[in-house]
Amino acid sequence: MLPVNIDLVSLNIATILPTLTLVVGALAIICIDLFVKNLSRSFYTMITVLVILISLGATLGLQDGLERGFFDMLLVDGIATISGLIILVTSALFTPLAMSSKRFHEFTMPEFFALFLFMIAGFLFMVTSDNLILIFIGLETASLALYTMIAMHNRDKAIEASIKYFTMGALAAGFYAFGMFLFYALTGSVEISKIVNALYVKDFQPLVGVLGASAFMIAALGFKLSIIPFHTWTPDVYEGSSAALAGYMSIVPKIAGFVVAMRLFEMLIQSGVTWLEDILFFAVILTMTLANLMALIQIDVKRMLAFSSISHAGFVLSAILIGSTQANIGFFLYWTLFMFTNLGAFTMLWATRSKQNLWDKRYQHPFSKFAGMVKVAPIAATIMGVFMFSLAGIPPFSVFWGKIFLMSAAVNEGFIGLAIIMALNSAIAVYYYMKLVVFMFLKDPISKDGSIYSSNTTTPLKSIIGFALVMTVVSIVFVSPLIDFIAGHVISSGF
Amino acid sequence: MSKILTLIIFFPAVAGLFGFTVHKNSAKAYAITVAAIEFLLSIALWVAFDSTNGGLQFVEFAPLVESFGINYYLGVDGISLFLVILSTFITLISLIGLSEKRDIKNLVISVLFLEMTMVGVFLSLDVILFYLFWEMSLLPMLYIIGAWGSGERIYAAVKFFLYTFFGSIFMLVGILVMAYLYFTQTGIWSFALTDWYTMSLPLNLQLWLFGAFFLGFAIKVPMVPFHTWLPYAHGQAPTIGSVILAAVLLKMGTYGFVRFSLPLFPDATVALMIPIAIIAVIMVIYTAMIAYAQEDMKQVIAYSSISHMGIIILGTFALNAEGITGSIFLMLSHGVVSGALFMLVGVIYERRGTKLLSEFGGLAKVMPNFATIFALMLMGSIGLPLTIGFVGEFLSLLGFFKVNLFLAILGGSGIILSASYMLRVYKRSFFGEITKEANRKLKDLSPKELSALIPLALLVIILGVYPKHVLKPIDLSVKKTLILMEEKADTKAKEMLKKVNSTNKEVR
Repeated sequence: MLPVNIDLVSLNIATILPTLTLVVGALAIICIDLFVKNLSRSFYTMITVLVILISLGATLGLQDGLERGFFDMLLVDGIATISGLIILVTSALFTPLAMSSKRFHEFTMPEFFALFLFMIAGFLFMVTSDNLILIFIGLETASLALYTMIAMHNRDKAIEASIKYFTMGALAAGFYAFGMFLFYALTGSVEISKIVNALYVKDFQPLVGVLGASAFMIAALGFKLSIIPFHTWTPDVYEGSSAALAGYMSIVPKIAGFVVAMRLFEMLIQSGVTWLEDILFFAVILTMTLANLMALIQIDVKRMLAFSSISHAGFVLSAILIGSTQANIGFFLYWTLFMFTNLGAFTMLWATRSKQNLWDKRYQHPFSKFAGMVKVAPIAATIMGVFMFSLAGIPPFSVFWGKIFLMSAAVNEGFIGLAIIMALNSAIAVYYYMKLVVFMFLKDPISKDGSIYSSNTTTPLKSIIGFALVMTVVSIVFVSPLIDFIAGHVISSGF
Repeated sequence: MSKILTLIIFFPAVAGLFGFTVHKNSAKAYAITVAAIEFLLSIALWVAFDSTNGGLQFVEFAPLVESFGINYYLGVDGISLFLVILSTFITLISLIGLSEKRDIKNLVISVLFLEMTMVGVFLSLDVILFYLFWEMSLLPMLYIIGAWGSGERIYAAVKFFLYTFFGSIFMLVGILVMAYLYFTQTGIWSFALTDWYTMSLPLNLQLWLFGAFFLGFAIKVPMVPFHTWLPYAHGQAPTIGSVILAAVLLKMGTYGFVRFSLPLFPDATVALMIPIAIIAVIMVIYTAMIAYAQEDMKQVIAYSSISHMGIIILGTFALNAEGITGSIFLMLSHGVVSGALFMLVGVIYERRGTKLLSEFGGLAKVMPNFATIFALMLMGSIGLPLTIGFVGEFLSLLGFFKVNLFLAILGGSGIILSASYMLRVYKRSFFGEITKEANRKLKDLSPKELSALIPLALLVIILGVYPKHVLKPIDLSVKKTLILMEEKADTKAKEMLKKVNSTNKEVR
């Protein structure tokens, strides 16, 4: 056996620092629990936030410029940095939702917070690598942690959701492994850039092999991104998990999956392999449209938001299809702006959560629960209304800017048909968002007591809602610098 | 005065936000005060406005999203000036006449927000900014119809919202395509309307883009066959909603045609002039006939609105100074008259709880003042000479006579039809014997209602007799638009424009 020589410089510890911080933080939480029992959940929440912030600092400290490290397995480029920032900021914003006024089972367990940090570390691995094996490890770390966290909600629905998600996730993992094997068999490498180079050299022959590998990869990532027809788990899982976790799931796992898809497919699409473009085109359109149609008939707000988040995912998936720099900028812009709004919407649901199902045997948040909310809780209703308007893409609220930026990218690359379908879908989507607005503003109240809408509210939740509201409303002011910031990172990494 | 447009746009919204702190008993007085100040501001704008200059004035410019060419770009010219004044005036009048008691605070705040969006639409010169106000105007109206309406109010509100949203989202695609075309021609991203004016496009592209914008505007106007949301919305909307909807919101669509479709796509406009005129004529006659068949007083006025909007479209697509100037004047006069008519219907509905013609008769005996003002507005609506309606209708039709005699005559028949359905309403509800006992004890107009209606009545007469001060600035700006169109048009379109503008004389 040869002696192993590792040069510390080539190891480039800085590149793994953000992830390392999270892992160490998670282990520390477990150790603290070993020694000190009965610490308040607020303690663990704040420790988690602090660890995330340190990791955020480490990410910001990275120089992006195609830096590699850790045995060349990590790739810190612009989109790794920007998606890492989005993941960490979102995580930091969602963590305080644990401090709700009702005590929910999962947040009393320190393991929840340790798992949470492990999960973030997994997602960061996914975005900061172009090595399929490390991406796989990140994917599985994050997913397994997430399954457990959903089940920790400790309701029948939660356990059902967790098992459903686990089964689907296991299938997806299998697909991923197949795809990876096929790529390895075709090219002899597991690094995306090398795979693509080797495929170019071979002129994409044998085509059946490339097709199979791509199909497995699309299916695997499709499960993570809840692309139709791999979306079936999404509404049930959202319904089963707490609103806080559902909101988190609508943003972070998806961006991690998107970045992997972006790295893998954009290069393949630009190779002129038209069938891949066709597959993606149909996936985009079906995801946008069918999810929208299904959202129309939901009677639970959380399920409606689940379908709507599928539709939003389809919307931004078009960025990969379009493949231009503007589209990629538009993708990150859209997702950042969408994050603020969705954070607000799910936090609002979380704030109105009660321990029992008061309104409906099955659903926690049926539309009828919000009937006439403006009469008894006018401020909360207006805030929720703003989030709905924003999700519907009504200017000047945040999601609108992402929407026009992406649609403009589609137009610029000649995808006029796609732009029109996007527009049509916006018109459909506005109906179900307006449905909640109609219930809140136009129907008669179900009760004179406004406190039913604040049963789970605490100051941390209010602060998060306030923050999300401000970001949603004044987005017009920071869209310009945000575009410049994102553009700098995206262009520097050559996308 | 340099920032007066910003002040006019955002004053009602800021005041509306402050309004949340005002006690609900004082909310109406607060809103009236705010609307009055806003109206005075718009009058101040008129006073400061240079009527001899047809170009854009009080221009404000600041970049919003620099890398994408979105700017905060405002300006006013003769075309938009009076629509702004109409918006502030109608808001004020409708607030004075407001008799709603439920949730009054939310209602007046919504109206103030609506006022911001209306003024914003007319003053924006950046297309994204325009779109922003255009879309935002839907939200307060959705709330007003849905929360304070009657009957199937929620269905009506959602229908109104979805219809208009559906149209405008296509306009958004058109806007993005335009911006991209501008980018390919110049290498600069810009959504500034004045930049877009300089761009020439091939006819087939123009036709597509015209179509995208057309869908947005036509649904708003509303043109047949996209008109079905309007009578429904009017049927359920509260009085203040109907007044603002008919008087101002519909004008956004016709304003859009004048501001965007005509100067941006001159060749497409000329090519589609006759088909659109045919739709307009169908609109005039078809909806007038429906209006004749209505049993509900409010529905008659709702359909008559569509009919009159048809004449406005006809005038706009005459593509000459008389036609366009006339159509803009008709927008103003229709705003005043239909606003007043909806208010009058609101008055009687509030007293009797019904709007059905069969429930009335002989009202002239018990409510003489009401009958007088109604008669005056009716004349204005029909377009009797020396009333406000005459000027605009006459000029619009005169303009179109030069284009196509036959269509203009058909359009002119709308005046006769409107006389027949309006007089039918008048005959059945005001003349004859009092048939229903409930009508005997009806009170005549209260001082509050009079104070809202008399200014409208005065306007109907004053602008009918002496419209020059309003017509002149409009005419100057319209001519500027026409020159712009002619410069950009291709040879075929140029000939047509020359032809329809051939005997172009100063409009008196």
